[in-house]
Amino acid sequence: MPAAKKHTPPTNATKQNTDSVPIMSLKNVSRYFGNVIALKDMSFEVHRGRVTCLLGDNGAGKSTLIKILSGVHQPSEGEMYIENKKTVFNSPRDSLDYGIATVYQDLALVPLMSIVRNFFMGREITRGFFPFYYIDFKKCSEIAQTEMQRVGINIRSPDQAVGTLSGGERQCLAIARALYFGTRVLIFDEPTAALGVKQSAIVLDFIKQARDKNIGVIFITHNSFHAHEVGDLFTILNRGQSIGNYTRSEITRAKLFDLMAGKVTKK
Amino acid sequence: MKNNSNSSTTQKDKTRPKDERVREISTFTKVLTRPEMASVGGGVIIFLIFGLTVGDSGMFSALGIINFLEPSAQLGIIAIAASLLMIGGQFDLSIGSMIGFASVCVAIMVGEFQMPIWSVVIITFAIAALVGYVNGILVVTTRLPSFIVTLAMLFILRGAALVVMRGITGRTQAYIEREVIEASFWGNLFGGRIGVDLFNKLAEQGIIDARASDGLALAQGIPISIVWCLVLVVLSTLILNRTKLGNWIFASGGDERAANNIGVPVKKVKIGLFIFTAISATLFGLLQVFSSASADTLRGELKEFEAIISAVIGGTLLTGGYGSTIGAVLGAVIFGVIRQGIYYTGIDADWFRVFLGVMVLLAVIFNNIIRSRATGSK
Repeated sequence: MPAAKKHTPPTNATKQNTDSVPIMSLKNVSRYFGNVIALKDMSFEVHRGRVTCLLGDNGAGKSTLIKILSGVHQPSEGEMYIENKKTVFNSPRDSLDYGIATVYQDLALVPLMSIVRNFFMGREITRGFFPFYYIDFKKCSEIAQTEMQRVGINIRSPDQAVGTLSGGERQCLAIARALYFGTRVLIFDEPTAALGVKQSAIVLDFIKQARDKNIGVIFITHNSFHAHEVGDLFTILNRGQSIGNYTRSEITRAKLFDLMAGKVTKK
Repeated sequence: MKNNSNSSTTQKDKTRPKDERVREISTFTKVLTRPEMASVGGGVIIFLIFGLTVGDSGMFSALGIINFLEPSAQLGIIAIAASLLMIGGQFDLSIGSMIGFASVCVAIMVGEFQMPIWSVVIITFAIAALVGYVNGILVVTTRLPSFIVTLAMLFILRGAALVVMRGITGRTQAYIEREVIEASFWGNLFGGRIGVDLFNKLAEQGIIDARASDGLALAQGIPISIVWCLVLVVLSTLILNRTKLGNWIFASGGDERAANNIGVPVKKVKIGLFIFTAISATLFGLLQVFSSASADTLRGELKEFEAIISAVIGGTLLTGGYGSTIGAVLGAVIFGVIRQGIYYTGIDADWFRVFLGVMVLLAVIFNNIIRSRATGSK
């Protein structure tokens, strides 16, 4: 635990945090794709009940970072800890088993499949007895429909193919799914990109609600208004490296905007 | 704003306010978008055509029906596997060679080495599982198109079948004594017929045709391959539509990356499907070897294409993520009916492949339209 301190200087937020153990942390993690350095010597913490905004230009390594957290990529170097226990994710399945759910930028939905099948993809609720387990579609459909409604989408039928949904509706489905399965950490990769004003407000509301439920939230956005509205901590990435951590009290929205636009590179 | 919308919609189901942007879709359209609908329609048309033209020629007598159902059922077995694999987003072109290789293995072990049939069955299925595993692991680790990986396997297995057969027997065929098969439960499990007595009784009653010589039924019971096919189609449909594994198969073929990112073990699913395909091909081989009491290194040639064609006629998308095994079996039946029917109509049987090609084209175009409907894309 103490090793991380040099990369994440103690901030107001971490001082306030009654639970000083981060729910999830990366220590000196690097990730290479062939000769490309996507992420270099990155240390990062996720805290319970805090929204950490991950900001940076395209290609800064935000997506690589969250893909390590969600088990899609494995770090080339460095370690990952969950509540101070060293952990290795071999696949996204491992990450989900820890209650870490992600809303990917590409949403990770299969258009040819129905809403309910997409909602429970990889996490199907089954009933029956060995070896005859079958998906409890009744229960799954009810949950999917209710959860979709919570993010403000009325679906005609959970059997509707996702391909028939609009872009915003698809995004809401991916968000509703993450909210349902992310019991410990929620990762949002530009969740408001395709949303209208109303749905964006709902999503930000859900980020706040998740935070209040003591879930650790990671929020990637290009919208400084959205970031400033919900963020407690801000980590700025540039060219695969962290160039600064800020707490909410340390930063104004205008400064945030400048940082995001790459105008200020040093803290 | 949010609270309002929530409180008015907390009651479940029917009381949920209608969203004015969604159009009600009739049950008719829903049924039409089922993947196997094309093959149901196609099947009805094909049966009507042959029923009206050659209905009284004996094609639809008990013997005639069994004559086209037996090869259809055998094809159906590999079509089910090919269709599952295609839904999972991959192809297997080594199905036909696997049939040949498995046939050779069985015939040599039983016919030449006199090994007990149960052990031969287990060993052959184990070899098949290994071949399927190799196919699968190569495809998922190299990320090469399965098309090319299994094309290589097509040649390897066909060549291996020849090498083994010629090396041991000096010929390209091997024979098993019928008594050996009939004396074994396992032989009958793959080479037997059921309901022989029932058919003889029916013949006695004059309900089905009897042989002039001894009065027994012309159709000697139902070949066991039909039972195998029915069992497999029921199981595969249940698995595909009702279980976790089925959901994973659809997801793996529909969008591999999305499925993987959301926690579906895509690689395991695909390897499993390759193993199942090889095992189905071996089952096909066993059924043929034990019902004909012989094996030939050329067994199963072009069957990989027939299996894929059946799957496509049955509504399975070439691009994966959509399809049904019921459709695949119906595709196989259509295949068998046309092949048999052309013979009865007296049309030159050379036309069979032309006809088949046209069917495939129509099926692919139809599937594409249905898929666009189902997903609302243009």
